[in-house]
Amino acid sequence: MIEAVMVMLGVGATCGAALSLASKIFYVYEDPRIAEVEGLLAGANCGGCGYPGCAGAAAAVVAGGAPPGVCVVADMETAVAVAGVMGIDPGTMEPFLSLNTCDGGNRAEDRFEYMGVNTCQALSALYGGKRECRVGCLGLGDCIRSCKFDAIHMGEDGYPVADETKCVGCGACEKACPKSILTVRTMSQRLLHFNQQDNALAPCQQTCPAEIDIPTYIDCIRRGDYEGAVDTIRERNPLLLTCGRVCPHPCEDYCRRGLAEEPVSINQLKRFVADYEMNSGSRLPIPCAPDTGKKIAVVGGGPAGLTCAYFLRRLGHGVTIFDMMPKLGGMVRYGIPEYRLPKKVLEWEIEGILDLGIDHRPNVKLGADFDIQSLKDEGFDAIFLGVGAWKDYSLRAEGEDLKGCFTGIDFLTRFAVDQQSAEPARDIPIGRKCIVIGGGNTAIDCVRTLVRLGAEEVSIVYRRTRKEMPANEVEIVAAEHEGVQFHFLAAPTRIIGDDQGQATHLEYQKMELGEPDASGRRRPVPIEGSETLMETDMVITAIGQGPDVSFISENSDISSLGVTRWNTIDGDPETLQSNIPYIFAAGDAYTGASLVVEAIGGGRRAARAIHLYLAEEDVVPVPKSLRKKHIPESLFERVEGLRPSKRAVMPELPVKERIQGFEEADLVLAEKDALAEASRCLNCCRLCYNPDLQISSEQPAEESA
Amino acid sequence: MGDYLVLAFSCVLINNILLAQYLGNCPFLGTSKKMETAVGMAFAVVFVLVMAGLITWVINTLVLVKFNLAYLRTIAFILVIASLVQFVEMFLKKSIPALYAGLGIFLPLITTNCAVMGVCLINVNEEYTFLQALVSSFAYAVGFGLALILFAGVRERILLARVPRPLQDTSIALVTAGILSLTFFAFRGWV
Repeated sequence: MIEAVMVMLGVGATCGAALSLASKIFYVYEDPRIAEVEGLLAGANCGGCGYPGCAGAAAAVVAGGAPPGVCVVADMETAVAVAGVMGIDPGTMEPFLSLNTCDGGNRAEDRFEYMGVNTCQALSALYGGKRECRVGCLGLGDCIRSCKFDAIHMGEDGYPVADETKCVGCGACEKACPKSILTVRTMSQRLLHFNQQDNALAPCQQTCPAEIDIPTYIDCIRRGDYEGAVDTIRERNPLLLTCGRVCPHPCEDYCRRGLAEEPVSINQLKRFVADYEMNSGSRLPIPCAPDTGKKIAVVGGGPAGLTCAYFLRRLGHGVTIFDMMPKLGGMVRYGIPEYRLPKKVLEWEIEGILDLGIDHRPNVKLGADFDIQSLKDEGFDAIFLGVGAWKDYSLRAEGEDLKGCFTGIDFLTRFAVDQQSAEPARDIPIGRKCIVIGGGNTAIDCVRTLVRLGAEEVSIVYRRTRKEMPANEVEIVAAEHEGVQFHFLAAPTRIIGDDQGQATHLEYQKMELGEPDASGRRRPVPIEGSETLMETDMVITAIGQGPDVSFISENSDISSLGVTRWNTIDGDPETLQSNIPYIFAAGDAYTGASLVVEAIGGGRRAARAIHLYLAEEDVVPVPKSLRKKHIPESLFERVEGLRPSKRAVMPELPVKERIQGFEEADLVLAEKDALAEASRCLNCCRLCYNPDLQISSEQPAEESA
Repeated sequence: MGDYLVLAFSCVLINNILLAQYLGNCPFLGTSKKMETAVGMAFAVVFVLVMAGLITWVINTLVLVKFNLAYLRTIAFILVIASLVQFVEMFLKKSIPALYAGLGIFLPLITTNCAVMGVCLINVNEEYTFLQALVSSFAYAVGFGLALILFAGVRERILLARVPRPLQDTSIALVTAGILSLTFFAFRGWV
């Protein structure tokens, strides 16, 4: 007996000694913070966070792989204490929330009957699932079973719905979902997501420069959830009232329904929900991340600046907008006439953005009233330049400075400032016979404004043909309806004045179309000796505009800021960061005169880069970026089996009525038309359309397409 | 040489530790849901079982038999195997971090694996020599890995099959394990 006890004690002691010796010999340095963090965690080893026990979670926190709030059992205080150990500012903490990107929509066709185990994982192992659509939700609820907090339930339409109030962001559902449909992201991560090559994206969403999730918002409208539609748009575009009115909707050119018949009127639907919110009398709440204490100066309060400020504010940063004009909006306010975008609408939209807590300093011009150095002295951590393109190109023709001659942006801005002042002076002399030179949107805005100001005869002189006019088609048609005369293939050569220096005639040379040039448009070639005179008393030149970058030379500390040969600010196309790391640029100042929606996309892209810069992370391009590209296999040549349906017609004021004043000419869709239009959407890439599959005639196409 | 081959053959297939001797069933059911974890577990067992088989043989021969204390085998082996696993974990963490990261959480799980204990006791009961103990430990471990990986493959396929609701998940796994065990009975009588 004694022997046995002795031997056991001996073996035990030897083992203990060997182990303690080994722990000294094989000691591996371990960050002491791991033990500290582990001490703060709940210690339940529940695995709810997805790491093997609390020790694993602590190691992940210290390694930077998990946020301080990783523990799903502990409360906010623990998270703050963990953040304290890690030296992270707990203010930047944001909750993770589960988001289901697939909302079912119309279900795709079944490919085969499935009798196996009722789990998504098993089903997806069979050719990616039983449905024709390989992307969408399988609806067997693996995520629901994986959720330890009862935060997901099966919705009425057979797809899971996450309850934000119960979700703790543990990520279990994301791991359980074999289709990467449920994602657990913070709001900031969602706001900063850009289209990627491997995302399931409808062609319209790939085309939209602001990357709005178009099928989702149209689906929201179809279901009558107008607020959901507004929220969906706002995740990408804060200026939905404006875009709903003025956007030339490049997305509609790629609409799959457009391959067979008329495309869905995407933009009118946007305007419908945007107006719905405005007319509902209350604003939908816009959540912002907790304050980070960082400050950004946004120079220029146009669409790019407003968008950048909006997203940075939602990410929790402090933003101040500096603008040279008395009111915000930039070219949207001072370039787009009242009849296209009523100022009261714009006012309401901008107010909603400023209400997030954005400061606005009006009437200050970069280079004159402040400069980059003064912004740095004031403590701004980054600077966004969205100064726009406000400088008219000159015609470089004789007689341009005669009385009665104007340039496009200058004319529109002067008129808009006067119109919006408390007591309009109406001191711009309007001629009887007015000529506008140019074929872009600025030129059309000028002629339609002149018509409303009572000019007897308004003409457009353009050196190419109607087909080559860069202005929006609807705008050209509206101008035609309003009685504007078009003179195509006419290149102005000089303006002739009388003794008093007043313009009396425009001389132009007739042109004919020659070989296509670099832009693919046929180059106009002058016809010798075809000079013709046109009687006029007012000439507006609207042949294009560029950014005014004179502030760079006036400002020694940023004289090195890169500028392209088109006078736009140079920068990385993906991050919009200039060669001076704390300066970012977007909008017309970066692209040259372009679309509002392009500026909005740029503003968000710059906000992402600024957010990375402020977090002291590498300002890297979006991984697998789809900027200005399409996913080739998502573009079809034809779509068959559709039941044709009429595209909603935009209601507009009768011509006689609208040219009397500046009342809004285009009207919003009626609710029943909007619902009918929304049901025309094929809901692409939320259920898959197989172009090779024969759709039988007795099946309604909308359900299988 | 031939004897060792016969020994190895019998340990891997005929007396398979999982399917013929029914030892180590917890990890057999627990880690066979995914091929990836099954492979990890299989390698961890090979590693630990060879070490444990040798150490326990030495302890048994040099200490227990010498002092005529064979009845203390079970408790002594438990102590030794547990310490050994801890020791191996520390050693790997320091010296071969890559292997440590690969075997990961499977190492501590083996502390409670009765297949390891079982093989150590078999080695002693059969009165193997040191070399025979080495071969049998390795072969038993390979047999364990073989059965586990086969079983994981089958279970991954079962996911796709039509299974009546009352039999789903663990029930069908047990049924499958039984059938797999029966197939291994076919090796009986070869040696």
